[in-house]
Amino acid sequence: MKRVIETKEVAGQSPNYLLAKMQHLVDWAVNSSRANSLWPMPFGTACCAIEFMATAASRYDFARFGMERQAFSPRQADVLICAGRLPFKLAPVIRRIYDQMPQPKWVISMGACASTGGIFDNYAMVQGIDTIVPVDVYVPGCPPRPEGLLYGVLLLHKKIRGESLFDRVPRRDEQPLDEHGLRLPPEQIDEVSEPFGNSIHQFRSA
Amino acid sequence: MNSSVDALRATFGNAIGRGLESCGDTIVYVARDRLLDVMRWLRDTPGEEYDYLVDVTAVEYRDRERPLEVVYNLRSLGRHADLRVKVELDPRQELEVQSVVPLWRGADWLEREVFDMFGVAFQGHPDLRRILMWETYAEGYPLRKDFPLRGRFSRAEQVHQALAANPEAHYSMEELSIAEAYQELPPDMRERLRHGERGRIPESE
Repeated sequence: MKRVIETKEVAGQSPNYLLAKMQHLVDWAVNSSRANSLWPMPFGTACCAIEFMATAASRYDFARFGMERQAFSPRQADVLICAGRLPFKLAPVIRRIYDQMPQPKWVISMGACASTGGIFDNYAMVQGIDTIVPVDVYVPGCPPRPEGLLYGVLLLHKKIRGESLFDRVPRRDEQPLDEHGLRLPPEQIDEVSEPFGNSIHQFRSA
Repeated sequence: MNSSVDALRATFGNAIGRGLESCGDTIVYVARDRLLDVMRWLRDTPGEEYDYLVDVTAVEYRDRERPLEVVYNLRSLGRHADLRVKVELDPRQELEVQSVVPLWRGADWLEREVFDMFGVAFQGHPDLRRILMWETYAEGYPLRKDFPLRGRFSRAEQVHQALAANPEAHYSMEELSIAEAYQELPPDMRERLRHGERGRIPESE
């Protein structure tokens, strides 16, 4: 008898209580469905792609995490996995693939080169694909082991489960390139592309 | 030392520079103006028969006094003989050398790569465009010694220019081999190709 009264009181204090519960339930259902059936779009450009294949193959088998079907068309993909270094010549290609993917979409940057340019701090290489497309999970390593990629996928699952359809701020809007044809302000691109670690000593003496 | 060097010197005289042997390979320097004649002679003369052009590349040395060299690796498949022919170019002047595409069709992309990376203009090349960097690349020639390792532009400008490039514009009609079959294509496909972005076809100009 006492419990019933308490429930009534709580419900009385918060008219949105039931609605919030409903939203929570919907979020849980939608996010579980999304997280448990991520279809990856592999964008393999270098040695990381070999580890990616190992992750997809029978020993590590990311089909266990609902990634059974690899979508080799961006139209049917949920998560873009950039495995390997990205030269400037491929920058418009990955941008177009990202634009072609339907919402909701996520990006995993696999390996040091995709995340930062890695050892290729030179004229031909994009210094981190986050200057081209927004990235959700960075997987470090050169190349990462399959366990590393799987851990990144699980982190992405966690991130997806934390999302909400009912956020006031629309987090899943399309983010087209700005009027300068860039994703980030130029100063920010220059800043994230700065050399760091050993590559600050890397100059060609003439 | 490969006997071809003496034969070359007997035939072309002053056009043949020094010859030397390095790691078992014979290197011979040729005057720039006579390159095509020398190469044709090497390919066609019985007893020489260098019928295979293995590679075309270029070297620029850190010593700025040394000239830039264009290197041709030749091989005679029948005689199992190798010869390396070099042409010296003064980097302070126009980098020009005759194209050997009329002799070896396979030199096409090799010379394009040398043009792309070093800026050597091959006279008589049928389609001298960049091949590794995209066609609108404006920073210069990356393998030259005066080229900074990270490129000439800021990273933001590089990203901007890269994103502005059309990824489908790299294929010419020749590369796709559609140009030859163009007349046999259905009319609607011809119309689409004429207005498409994938290069230009001769009759649309």
